[in-house]
Amino acid sequence: MKYSSWGQLSKVDSTQGLSLQENAKNLVIGNLRSYGDVCLNQSGHVIDSKVFDNLLSFDDKNKILTAESGITFDELLKFLVPRGYFLPVTPGTRFVTLGGAVANDVHGKNHHVAGNFGNHIEWLDLERSDGSKWRCSRSENPELFHATIGGMGLTGFIRRVAFKVISVQSSQIDAETIKFKSLSEFFAINEESKHFPYTVAWVDCISNANGKAKGCGLYFRGGHSEHGELKVHGAPKLSVPVQMPSFALNPLTMRLFNFAYYNQTQAPLKKSTQTYQQFFYPLDGINHWNRGYGSKGFYQFQFVLPFSAGVKAFEPIFDAITLSGQGSFLAVLKTFGSIPTEGMMSFPMEGITLALDFQNKGQDTLRLLQRLESMVVEAGGRLYPAKDAMMAPETFLKTYPYLSEFLRYKDPNITSDFFQRVIARI
Amino acid sequence: MKNILVIGANSTIAHAISRQCAVEKANLFLVGRDPERLLANASDLKMRGATRVETVVADLADHKTHQKYFEKAIAEFGFLDEVYVVHGFLGDQVKAKTQLPLALEIAEVNYLSVLAMSTALVPLAESNKIGSVAIFSSVAGDRGRYSNYVYGSAMAGKSALISGLRAHLSHRGVHVMTVKPGFVDTRMTADFKKGPLWASPEKVAEDVISSLQKQRNICYTPGFWKLIMMIIIHIPERIFKKLKL
Repeated sequence: MKYSSWGQLSKVDSTQGLSLQENAKNLVIGNLRSYGDVCLNQSGHVIDSKVFDNLLSFDDKNKILTAESGITFDELLKFLVPRGYFLPVTPGTRFVTLGGAVANDVHGKNHHVAGNFGNHIEWLDLERSDGSKWRCSRSENPELFHATIGGMGLTGFIRRVAFKVISVQSSQIDAETIKFKSLSEFFAINEESKHFPYTVAWVDCISNANGKAKGCGLYFRGGHSEHGELKVHGAPKLSVPVQMPSFALNPLTMRLFNFAYYNQTQAPLKKSTQTYQQFFYPLDGINHWNRGYGSKGFYQFQFVLPFSAGVKAFEPIFDAITLSGQGSFLAVLKTFGSIPTEGMMSFPMEGITLALDFQNKGQDTLRLLQRLESMVVEAGGRLYPAKDAMMAPETFLKTYPYLSEFLRYKDPNITSDFFQRVIARI
Repeated sequence: MKNILVIGANSTIAHAISRQCAVEKANLFLVGRDPERLLANASDLKMRGATRVETVVADLADHKTHQKYFEKAIAEFGFLDEVYVVHGFLGDQVKAKTQLPLALEIAEVNYLSVLAMSTALVPLAESNKIGSVAIFSSVAGDRGRYSNYVYGSAMAGKSALISGLRAHLSHRGVHVMTVKPGFVDTRMTADFKKGPLWASPEKVAEDVISSLQKQRNICYTPGFWKLIMMIIIHIPERIFKKLKL
């Protein structure tokens, strides 16, 4: 079957089946919401885990939900929300599978208080290509547990996951939106907002003045409401029906968007009650929004810099992005907290993370991203495999210190295009 | 609380039907071949609201098995409000044209097993143990075509069987509906390239459940297939035989 990942940079072709084959290049895939090539497997054999999407059990005393790995966060929420529960950690889209969330050890707006998704897993069941089956947890086969979380699907077929959920009184979020005019304002607001369970900022990556990025944006913070009903969202109503022509997104339209978006609120601080869809999943409201970038696709670039490198290291990278004029209007800025990850290869570290899209303009884009990559590495930071389509093997080796330990647990009959491009070449 | 028997319960479409019944708090009796899948599917249905879920592992190609699971279902639930017969096997047409065992398997699983099932169903229907029945055939049975006549012919036989059963059991107050899906995105069709004509298992399940409740005789799902097939069956044979449909 032919398929591509969310960034649509390339299309791959592979055979398809329901189980791992011996002596084959297998890869288990989920809902293909990763941006780069971590879920691609050119000329290999893919297993579509979405076929295995059953809910299995719910221990409401200990708040542990068990399900097959192919179920999406969307389906999990449909079960949890009416019963007064929510996901412990969620990324910016609910259309990821449970297995994909584990394999990428996803993070969300509450990283500073809750860590990654992997921090909330009780156990997982893994199958390997030799037919062996493993129950993995912090006490049973712990190395395989820690290799599989954030392990990009390379350790085996994650069959089932048991994870802790949280109680909520309502499906609403009490939210606040704060305008900020500069990065230093962002950091000041961020310091004051640590007690909010959910915090994130949208930042303008295009406007600049006098050779420096303006760094204005909107700071979003919130928490689950004590009041209101427990209501599940509906399906997305808008859709991008076909690939947009690549000129649709250009500096002018992006400037217009940024202006309109920044000025959606006049007041410096606006309080509102939002549905969880509005607060957590604004982009999910538009089906196939990735088509907005045109047929050449786009790169999603996400990096983290440790606090030790600080704002001093962050600002030049932010300036470089803004002054290039290539960054898109969807730019997310957040700080990560200090809760250690459970995965050997997990991406977050305590520090500052920025994620944004770059429309694929060919060599120009690649050169810019490579320049940014070296600035990130020099500052002691790293890039996120779930988003990556361009990082150099040396970068990965330098910035993921547990790589050789991790490779001991890799399944010999599993591979991905990310593995081939980055890890195999080390 | 409806009592519902699902035959071929591990199939993608069957599980979609079971899920929609579970939300309505039905009592479900599932018959399937893979015990691990059956258990996982049963757990899922309980989570989604089914009042009771009972399971029986059975190979539906074993003609003697139908009597046994029907007996168990009646023993558990007494009366079966709805019965869904969903199992099927596509097979590789190219191979089946010349490979005897595969060709026979396609006929066994798709047609003969349903014929065998009907011999167990009829006495129960005649003694007021069954409410209504939906049996899955396919648009492929409406006309034998170049591209899949082995499967299509089994479906054609099945459609005639269901139609006959409908007539016979209507005199007993038991409704029998033929389900004719077009292209559906399931495990069975995983290797096919999908296009705009393809339906989701959830949509098919919705159509089938509501059509059975309305006591329709033939349910083409999605509905546009009725028009497509009407055109296809009316193409004169001298032209049709030259097409590679």
